Amino acid sequence: MELSKKLIEQIQLVAENYPNRRSAIMPALYLAQNRYDCLHGEVLKGIANVLEIPEIWVFELATFYTMYNTEPMGKYHIQLCTNIPCQLRKADILKRFLEDRLHIKTGETTLDGKFTLSTVECIGSCDKAPALMINQDYHEHLDENRVGEILDQLNE
Amino acid sequence: MFEKVLLKNMDHPESHTIGAYEAAGGYKALATVLKKYTPDEVIKQVKASNLRGRGGAGFPTGLKWSFVPKDSAKIPYLCCNADEGEPGTFKDRALMEKDPHMMIEGMIIAAYAIGAKIAYIYIRGEYELCINRVEKAIKDATEKEYLGADILKSGFALEVYVHRGAGAYICGEETALLESIEGRRAQPKLKPPFPAISGLYDCPTVINNVETFACLPHIFERGVDWFCSIGPEGSPGPKLFCLSGQINKPGLYEAPMGITMREMIEEYGGGACSGQVKAVIPGGVSAPMFPVSDLDIKLDFESLAAAGSMLGSAGVIVLDDSACVVNTITRITEFFNHESCGKCTPCREGLDWCAKILRRLESGDGKLEDLDQLEALCSTIFGNSFCALGVGASWALQAALKHFRAEFVQHIEEKGCPFH
Ligand SMILES: Cc1cc2nc3c(=O)[nH]c(=O)nc-3n(C[C@H](O)[C@H](O)[C@H](O)COP(=O)(O)O)c2cc1C
Ligand code: SF4
Ligand code: FES
Repeated sequence: MELSKKLIEQIQLVAENYPNRRSAIMPALYLAQNRYDCLHGEVLKGIANVLEIPEIWVFELATFYTMYNTEPMGKYHIQLCTNIPCQLRKADILKRFLEDRLHIKTGETTLDGKFTLSTVECIGSCDKAPALMINQDYHEHLDENRVGEILDQLNE
Repeated sequence: MFEKVLLKNMDHPESHTIGAYEAAGGYKALATVLKKYTPDEVIKQVKASNLRGRGGAGFPTGLKWSFVPKDSAKIPYLCCNADEGEPGTFKDRALMEKDPHMMIEGMIIAAYAIGAKIAYIYIRGEYELCINRVEKAIKDATEKEYLGADILKSGFALEVYVHRGAGAYICGEETALLESIEGRRAQPKLKPPFPAISGLYDCPTVINNVETFACLPHIFERGVDWFCSIGPEGSPGPKLFCLSGQINKPGLYEAPMGITMREMIEEYGGGACSGQVKAVIPGGVSAPMFPVSDLDIKLDFESLAAAGSMLGSAGVIVLDDSACVVNTITRITEFFNHESCGKCTPCREGLDWCAKILRRLESGDGKLEDLDQLEALCSTIFGNSFCALGVGASWALQAALKHFRAEFVQHIEEKGCPFH
C-alpha cells in the first residue's frame, strides 16, 4: 500500500533525528497509527517501503510493543490501571462496574465499536488512584459515580 | 520543614515555561559551568557531590560518567531514562510536566561533561503531556541558545530529541532502552560491555534518570558542600518520594534521604487509612516489602540495602491492615510475568509458574507444599535471570513469603481469602 504523501513526509522528517533508519520505525508507527484506524499489515509494509528496510523489522516492533494496535479498537479505548496502588484503592470494583455498564468483558469491544476495555499496568497516577486512561486522556481519583458520568458524557 | 529544591517551582502556574524557569534562576548554573569549568572539572565536582542515580540502582553518577573513554574516535551519546514504569512511581512525570527545563539544563551539563553532541530522552508512550511539554521546552531552549550549535557562545553544541516508548516496562532497563531507540525489540543485552564503553549505535553512552539530571543544576548553583549537607553521607541531596496506597495523603513529597518509613508515612502521608499499617513497599513493587515492625528503617540507599530491600524508584506503597498480602504479591508477580521480555527461561517460565501457584493460593485451593515450591522457584529465578527484572520479581516474592508466611498458611487452612 502506498502511504499518504503527508505521512511519508512526516516519516522522512522524523528519520532525520537518528543516524540510521531502523530507529525511525517506532515514531513512524505512531505517525501511521494517528493516520489510519489500526496498523494492519499493508500499513506496516508501507512503512518498511518508505524507510527502505526489511518488513520484518517493522512487524516485530508493531507486535512487541503494546501501544501499537494491529487490530481495530473501539472509538474510545478505556485503559483501567489495576496495579497495586490502584488495586489498594479498589480498582477491581471499577473493573466490574465497567464490564457491567458496557456489557463486555475486559479485552473486548462493544458491538457498536464505541468502547474497548483493557486493563493496564501502572500509568503513573498512583497518588490519584484509582485511575484510567481513555485514549490519551487521564482520569484520576475515580469512583463508580465518576466513571458513570464519564461514560454518559462519551455516550452523548 | 525541609526546603524544597526539586519541587520548588511546582506551585507556579506557569512552571513549565522557559520564562518562569529563567525567572526562578534557571539556566544560570549552565552558564557558570560553561564559563568556569572544563568537562573534567564538571565530572570531578559531580563525583565529589556523591550524587547517586535516582533511577533505581543508586549508582554514583560522576563515576559512571568517568567510564566514558576520553580518546575514543566515537562521539558519546547521552540518554535520559524517562520510561518511568515502576508501579508506585510518578516523580519523573511530575518533573517533566511541571518543570521540564530543570531536567534539560541538567542534561546539557551532563552532555558537556562527557562530550556528547546528541541526546535522546526516552519517554514512556502514555505520558503524552510530558512529551508535549518536553518537546516545547527543547524548542524554547534552542531558541534561547541553551541548546543548538553554539550554546551560550561557548562553542559547545548539543541537539536533544524525544523518543517515545510504546508500552513495555522492560524499556526502563538501560540496555533494553538503547535497543528500543535503535529500533529493535526491547530485550536486555549482555554487560559488559557497559553502555559507557559501547552503548547506543556502538558508541559510548551515558544513561541517567530524569531526577538525576534535575539534581545537577542545583549542585553547580549552590555547591558541592551544600549538596552533601543534605541527608546522610552515603545518600546525599534532595530526593523525591512517591507516596501511594492506603494512606491518608498520597502524593509526591521532597525530603532528605535518611528519614524513616514511619516519619514518611506519619508526617508526610498523614498515616495509614485504617490507622494501622500492615506492610510497606519502599521503592516500587520490585523492592521487597517490610512488615510494620520494620517501620523505623531509614529510607536511603544504604539503610534499605542493609535491610534486604532497596530504595529503587522511591515509590513508597502502604498497605493497611485491610489489605491482603497474598493478593498483593499475586498481582505483583502477574505484573512481572506480563512484562517479562521472554529472553531467558527462568524469568519467562518461572514467573508464569509462580503466578499460577499464587492465584491458586489466593483463591483458597493451595497446599502447604506450594509454599516450598514457590521458595524453590524464587531461588532459581533469582540466581539465573538475565536481567534485574527477574531478580526483582523473585526478591519481592521471597520477602512476602518470609514476612507474611502466616497469612499464606491462613489462606490454605481457611480454604479462602480472609480479607474478601
Ligand atoms: C526492569 C528494570 C526497569 C527499570 N526501569 C527504570 C525506569 O523506568 N526509569 C529509570 O530511570 N531507570 C530504570 N531502571 C534502571 C536503569 O536500568 C538505569 O539503571 C538507570 O536509568 C540509570 O540512571 P541513574 O544512574 O540516573 O539512576 C530499570 C531497571 C530495570 C532492571
Ligand atoms: S530476566 Fe526477564 S526481562 Fe530480564 S532478560 Fe530475562 S526474560 Fe527478559
Ligand atoms: S498503580 Fe495505578 S497509576 Fe500507578
